[in-house]
Amino acid sequence: MAEYQINDTVDITDVNCPVTFVKAKVALDELEEGEVLRVHMNGGEPADNVPRSLKEEGHDILDLIGNADGTYDLIVRKVGD
Amino acid sequence: MAFSNEQLERYSRHIILKEIGVKGQKKLLNARVLIIGAGGLGAPAAMYLAAAGVGTIGIADADEVDLSNLQRQIIHATDDVGKPKVQSAQETMNKMNPDVTVNTYHEFVTSENILELIKDYDFIIDGTDNFPAKFLINDACVMAKKPFSHAGIIRFKGQLMTYVPGQGPCYRCVFKNPPPKDAVPTCKQAGVVGAMGGVIGSLQAMEAIKYITGVGELLTGSLLTFDAIRMNFHKVKLPKADGHCAVCGTEPTITKLIDYEQAECDGV
Repeated sequence: MAEYQINDTVDITDVNCPVTFVKAKVALDELEEGEVLRVHMNGGEPADNVPRSLKEEGHDILDLIGNADGTYDLIVRKVGD
Repeated sequence: MAFSNEQLERYSRHIILKEIGVKGQKKLLNARVLIIGAGGLGAPAAMYLAAAGVGTIGIADADEVDLSNLQRQIIHATDDVGKPKVQSAQETMNKMNPDVTVNTYHEFVTSENILELIKDYDFIIDGTDNFPAKFLINDACVMAKKPFSHAGIIRFKGQLMTYVPGQGPCYRCVFKNPPPKDAVPTCKQAGVVGAMGGVIGSLQAMEAIKYITGVGELLTGSLLTFDAIRMNFHKVKLPKADGHCAVCGTEPTITKLIDYEQAECDGV
């Protein structure tokens, strides 16, 4: 597993596509380059699409952790400003 | 400024765009645009800018809504006939987007008040229907170093260009002086397809959004013309500002604003 230290967390379980990605994108915007964000999301559509969309924006996907309650934690490192 | 979930949802299609994103949307929310004329061009421009979340929109127009306006001035509805256009426009924009502060100026724009009107705005949209106003807006924006979008529509034709100080010719560089009174028909006399305001006024809103967010190329140094009969857009490269223009040149001969005599006309 990748070594990382989480700088901030955003919960996107309270919104639906495409605001899931938008909320994650806004949270990443607040970070400095190289910092790490944990994105707490529901399974299904967000877990399928949000990592892909953030990767397309150029960020590094470090991990996608499945939780016992069916939610996921995506760990992403900000690339670029 | 942090976005609420509601704002994230409202502006999601902007924020998703790489070119706009979070920063661009914040720029829009902090931006101030003045629209002169709440008619055929100003109506769609105002509505798209309000929808886009331009934080402060000024709208200037001395007229009241007339039944004959409704064929193209889509910011006004049948119930608004008789109301000041700026009030009707303000009500529509407030309903569309509560994030937007709308400032209304229920007055004619003249050499006396235009500099005061434009001074607090980042970008001006010329949605007027007559040459005296177009030259006045140009000259004032040149003098006050304000960027603006010029446009005009008549029958099945429209045109627009954008002036940004130091980045290309102004409207007067291209058109010199107003045509003789009554040499050119007003759109009351000549007619205009309502959708033409939608096409060209929306392009003016697009120029404002691009200027505010810093995305892409503006119509500085170019005139875009649209002929709906042939369905042709032409982007005509304009001669560079050569320093000899009467208002934006190095030794301007026009140093005071002019109120040209206005031909009889009534709403775009």
